[in-house]
Amino acid sequence: MRIVAVTSCPTGIAHTYMAAEALEQAARAAGHEIKVETQGAAGAEPLPPQDIAAADAVVFAADVEVRDRERFAGKPLVQTSVKRAINDAPSLIAEAEAAAAPAAGGPVAHALSELGEVDREQLAMDTAARPETKVDQQAGLGTRLRQWLMTGVSYMIPFVAAGGILIALAFLLGGPEVANKVNGGTFQGVEYPGVSDLSRLVVEAGWAGLLFKIGATAFFMLVPILAGFIAYAMADRPGIVPGIVAGLLAGEIGAGFLGGLVGGLLAGAIVLAIKRVKVPRGVAGVMPVVVIPLVSTLVVGALMLVVIGQPIAAATDGLTNWLDSLSGTNAVLLGILLGLMMAFDMGGPVNKVAYAFGLASLASGNLKVMAAVMAAGMTPPLGLALASVVRKRLFTPAERQAGEAAWLLGASFITEGAIPFAAADPVRVIPSLMVGSAVTGALAMAFGNTSRAPHGGIWVIGLIGRPVLYVVAIAAGTLVTAGCVIVAKSIGRTAPAEAEAAMVPAGATPATG
Amino acid sequence: MADLITSDLVDLDLAATDRHEATRSLAERLRAAGRVTDLDGFLADVRVREAQMPTGIEGGIGIPHARSAHVTEPTLGFGRSQRGVDFGAEDGPADLIFLIAAPEGGGAEHMTILASLARRLVHASFREALRQAPDPETVVNLVKKEVLGQ
Repeated sequence: MRIVAVTSCPTGIAHTYMAAEALEQAARAAGHEIKVETQGAAGAEPLPPQDIAAADAVVFAADVEVRDRERFAGKPLVQTSVKRAINDAPSLIAEAEAAAAPAAGGPVAHALSELGEVDREQLAMDTAARPETKVDQQAGLGTRLRQWLMTGVSYMIPFVAAGGILIALAFLLGGPEVANKVNGGTFQGVEYPGVSDLSRLVVEAGWAGLLFKIGATAFFMLVPILAGFIAYAMADRPGIVPGIVAGLLAGEIGAGFLGGLVGGLLAGAIVLAIKRVKVPRGVAGVMPVVVIPLVSTLVVGALMLVVIGQPIAAATDGLTNWLDSLSGTNAVLLGILLGLMMAFDMGGPVNKVAYAFGLASLASGNLKVMAAVMAAGMTPPLGLALASVVRKRLFTPAERQAGEAAWLLGASFITEGAIPFAAADPVRVIPSLMVGSAVTGALAMAFGNTSRAPHGGIWVIGLIGRPVLYVVAIAAGTLVTAGCVIVAKSIGRTAPAEAEAAMVPAGATPATG
Repeated sequence: MADLITSDLVDLDLAATDRHEATRSLAERLRAAGRVTDLDGFLADVRVREAQMPTGIEGGIGIPHARSAHVTEPTLGFGRSQRGVDFGAEDGPADLIFLIAAPEGGGAEHMTILASLARRLVHASFREALRQAPDPETVVNLVKKEVLGQ
C-alpha cells in the first residue's frame, strides 16, 4: 500500500518530525511505502502531486491546520493528533489500511480518530464535501482541456435539465405567450407589459408563469456554472469566483456559452498564474481568501468586458447589418445561413442576431423567416438526443442523461439543450449542429413554412403554416445532425465512456463520521 | 554554528519534581552557556507552548520547547530524572527531558538540525542509550553521533 502523510504541530520544531519518523517506521514495518510532508519550521517540502495521486490512503497527524489540504481531496483519510502518531503509529497505519480497503471498489471511507467537533466540520468542509473533478493531472494538455470542459459541463447539465424542462412545462401549461407575460413583449399581436413585481407573478402570469420564471432563473446560471467549474477543474477552489464572474459577464456582454467557456479557461489560467508567484509565509495565509479571488476576478472581468466584450458588440452590429442587407435574396440561401447561425453558439451573439432577425421579420409581417429560425433552433438538441440514443458509447454517462432531457428541450425550441454537448466537445459538435440546422432552415424556407409565434417549438404547431412539412424539415435536420455528430465523434478517438471511467478519481464522499 | 549540545547542558540527576522546575533548571544551564539571553522571557515562551498541549509523549519523554527571540543558537538541554517529572503523557512521568531552544528567526539550517534531533527521539535505541549513559560526555557524543552523524 502507498501512504502519504502530513505532520504539523504548533511550534514546528519537535513533534512534527517525531510524528513523521514514527509514521515512517511503522509504515515500513508493516510493509507499506510512505512519504511524509513535515509542515514544520524547517520549511515543508511539498509532496509530489504524483505521489498524492498514487496514494491509497492519507494520514494527517496535525495539531494545527494542514496547509493546502485540498490536494488530498477524495482520498481515504485518517486524521489524528500529532501525539497519537508518535505514541501509537502502528495502529494509525492499521487505520489507514482499513480506510483504503473499501476505496478500491466502493465508496470511500473516512476513518476519523480523536477528532473534535470543530475538526470534523473543518474536515467536512475542506475535503469530503468538495465537488469532484474529472481531471487527471498527469494527462497531456489536450486531454486535460477536455477534462476541464467536461467538469464544467457535468455541473451545468442539471441547470440545463431543470431550467429547460421547467420552461418547456410552462409553455405546455400556459401556452408560449407565458414568456411574454413574464418578460414582456408582443405575442400574436398582443402587447404584454411583463411582470415587474415578482409578488404578483402568479396573479399576472399564472402558475405557468411561475414555472417559466423559475426555469429562466436556472437557465440564467447555466453559463456562470459552466465557466465557474471549468476554472475550478483547472485551479481548484480559488478558480470558482473568477470563473463564475467571467460566466456572468459573458452573459452581460452577450457572449453566450462560448464566451463563458473562454472566460472559464481564462479564469483558471489566471489563478494558476497567481498561485505560481512566491509570497512570504505571512502573506500566504491570505492568498486563497483575499488576494487570489480579488486579483483574478479583476483581471478576468476586465478581459471579458474590454478585450472580449467590445469586439463581440461590434461583430453583432456588423452581422445584423449584413443580414438586413440580405433581405430579399434567395430564400433557401437565407434559410441555410440562418440555420448555420442558430446552431453556431446556441444563445450566443451569432444565434441572437439570427433570432433577432427572425423577430424583426415577424414584426414586419414576414412569417417565413421566423419559421426557419425556430425550426433550425430545434434540431441541435433533437439531433444530439437522437445520436446519444443510437450510439450510446460515443457519449459520456452525463451526456446521455443530458440527451434524455434534450428531446423535450429541442421540441420546445430551447436550443440551449445542446450546450452541454457543444461545450464538452465544441470542435466536433458545433459544425455537426450547424450542418443539420442549415438543412432544416433551407427546407423550411423551401416548403414555405410560416410561424406566427416567436417561440414555443412544437407546442405552437397550430400557429405554423404547412405544419406537416414543417415537421418533415425538423426531422430531416435532426437526422442530419445526429449523423454528423456520430461520424465526427467516431473519428480518431476512443470511446469516451471508458476514458471518463478512468479519469474520475475516487470521488468526493460526504463525511459520515 | 555552536554545538547543539555540550556537557554543560546535560544534567544526569535532575532534582526538579514538576515540569516548570525541570524546565527552569535546564534553561538556567542554557543561559549560563550564553544560549538564552533572558531566562524568564524564554521560560514564558516555553510555557505558552506547553499550555497549547503538553509535550510529554509515551515512553517517558518530555520535550519542553519553544522558538524564542531570547535564544541565540539552536540548543538542546538534556536532563535525566530518577523520580520522573510529569509532562502530561498518558503513560506517566518522563525520565528523559529534552529542552529544545530554537531562535525565533532561525534559518532552515538551524531547523533542520532540530528536525533530525526530533526524529531520533522516536527511536527506542536512542532513548535507551541515553538512559544508560554514565556521564554527560557520553550524552553529548551520542547526540552528535545520532543527530549530526559526527
